[in-house]
Amino acid sequence: MFDRDLWREIFQSINMNRTRSVLSGFTVAFAILLFTILFGIANGLNNTFAEAFADDANNSIFIQSGTTTKANKGYQAGRQIQFKNKDYDYIKEEYGDDVQFITSRIYLNVNASFRNEKNSYSVRAVHPDHQFLENTKIKEGRYINQLDLDNKSKVVVIGRLVEEDLFLKTTALGKYLSLNGLQYKIVGIFTDDGGDNEERLIYMPVSTAQRVYGNNDYVDQINLTYNPNMNYNKAIAFSNTLTKDLKDRFDVASSDQRAIRVRNLANESKTVNQMTFGLGVIIIVIGFGTLIAGIVGVSNIMIFIVKERTKEIGIRKALGASPKSIISIILMESVLITAIAGYVGLLIGMGVLEFVGPSLEKYFIKDPSVSITLVIGATITLIIAGGIAGYLPAKKASKIKPIVALRDD
Amino acid sequence: MLNIKKLHKSYPIGDSSLHVLKGIDLSVDSGEMVAIMGSSGSGKSTLLNIIGMLDEADEGEYILDGVPIKNLTEKKAAIYRNKFLGFIFQSFNLINYKNALDNVALPLYYQGMKRQERQELALFHLGKVGLEPWAHHLPNELSGGQKQRVAIARALAANPKLLLADEPTGALDTKTSYEIMEFIQQLNDEGKTILIVTHEEDIAQMCKRIVRLKDGLIMEDEKVEQVRASQYV
Ligand SMILES: Nc1ncnc2c1ncn2[C@@H]1O[C@H](COP(=O)(O)OP(=O)(O)OP(=O)(O)O)[C@@H](O)[C@H]1O
Ligand SMILES: [Mg+2]
Repeated sequence: MFDRDLWREIFQSINMNRTRSVLSGFTVAFAILLFTILFGIANGLNNTFAEAFADDANNSIFIQSGTTTKANKGYQAGRQIQFKNKDYDYIKEEYGDDVQFITSRIYLNVNASFRNEKNSYSVRAVHPDHQFLENTKIKEGRYINQLDLDNKSKVVVIGRLVEEDLFLKTTALGKYLSLNGLQYKIVGIFTDDGGDNEERLIYMPVSTAQRVYGNNDYVDQINLTYNPNMNYNKAIAFSNTLTKDLKDRFDVASSDQRAIRVRNLANESKTVNQMTFGLGVIIIVIGFGTLIAGIVGVSNIMIFIVKERTKEIGIRKALGASPKSIISIILMESVLITAIAGYVGLLIGMGVLEFVGPSLEKYFIKDPSVSITLVIGATITLIIAGGIAGYLPAKKASKIKPIVALRDD
Repeated sequence: MLNIKKLHKSYPIGDSSLHVLKGIDLSVDSGEMVAIMGSSGSGKSTLLNIIGMLDEADEGEYILDGVPIKNLTEKKAAIYRNKFLGFIFQSFNLINYKNALDNVALPLYYQGMKRQERQELALFHLGKVGLEPWAHHLPNELSGGQKQRVAIARALAANPKLLLADEPTGALDTKTSYEIMEFIQQLNDEGKTILIVTHEEDIAQMCKRIVRLKDGLIMEDEKVEQVRASQYV
């Protein structure tokens, strides 16, 4: 196999029959090209899914309220359910260790200004735990803390893009930001992987928002993460119990879907995992399909080549070529053609992904690419594939009788 | 050198079979130069191919250089072909994408000789047939006579004991034919045993013995006075 003379023979034969070799490689190159692109696209879809969930901790539960759709316990339908601080306290106490992080959320819209720069932003008034629920990353300064809540301090943590919008090139940390005319001290700047919108937010303590905007103890939403040690089934059971408790607490009919809504990401991440898995299976099936098509293609052409070279093989045998040397020459040629052609297909495929990748983002295909492991795996697979493709033709060639090959016709 | 007794060969044709060789007895000594003649279809090539181990007899005995040739494995046959036999064909049978030198070196490659060594030896043999300047030309850049000389150089390269030629001059004009025969006679002078299939009487007369086939049997086997090809060249 590592006989230099053998390789010389093979290169000579490939080189002297370039068209034939290129033709036989074409199917493989095409198959691998197709496979690479499909694989890349699937990867891109996966990346999109992964990113959609990168933003939130995936053991999150979101609790929102609405209006009742069913009459219950003497109450009429259409009643507005409003969460308050005591509901937050209730969940926190009632569920203890089952809850990992918990926060309230109040949504506000404000006009913010610093010196001459103005813009409107969404504000989320939150508890300190919110940072972990939302995977907020502090770039400078700090996040909202318990002291801010206790003192109802007028402090804010602003997104990276808010700083960019309003403070231009200067640093915002420690400066005062005007929100609807009131001055708030900027105690931190954050970044977030959830995209631009997430970085155009402003966080403030929930108690501050309650005092300044309404002077009440209302909250819009309660978010929590359950104990990460819970498995999927436990997590679902947990959110079911939570839902039931809250419905009882607010005298909401247990069949009412609107009044209290509990959304458990465990459900969704399971769906996504199943989808990702399904996609993986499809890719593997398609990949193997194309590869087998490629092998059959090369094998067919190699058989054709053997036929075409029957006379040459007969001559070689008359000159004393052993069956083994005939097998090696055909097998190695097949491996070489398959490997090189496959590589060309792989490179073109990677080039295509690189080139059109960015324009595919609007089709939910983000950063489509193939990994180095795949490239290495493909190389090994291609060599094996070439061997399989070449085996039958090589066997056929070794069985050629010199007398038949040399007959003039 | 070789000894053949009661050799039979038939080819299946459809349901029946064609009995081509019907009991050939032939023995050839070392250093002989034998012409095999006969009309078309008389089985000359068939006999030569069996002698050259390119084909197998159905019945009978064939001993080559003391070795009984019967039921050999492909691998053994390859070794014997390589060591004992050199072939020259009517249609030259050169490998068209290899230059003259590489064609001549091919049997040496199958002997396992190192590249450097076999290139030198191949060049030496090309020199002997007067084609050293053409060593790096492809077969399709050579004339028929030149191609046959390359084929002769190739047949000689492995230094075989027995040289088999099936109508070596069949595709050549008279003048070139005689040039080729001159080479072959020189080889015989040097001691090589040679079998030539031909249906040209003048070519046969340039050998030392003529075996005539008819209907699958040897009809006549006579020693002749060798005509030297050099007098025509
Ligand atoms: N593989 C084969 N299958 C069937 N018949 C064959 C085969 N090879 C040869 N024959 C037949 O056997 C007979 C002898 O063939 P062979 O080639 O030995 O003749 P030849 O004497 O060399 O003739 P020519 O002078 O035309 O070359 C012919 O009738 C030929 O058709
Ligand atoms: Mg013949």
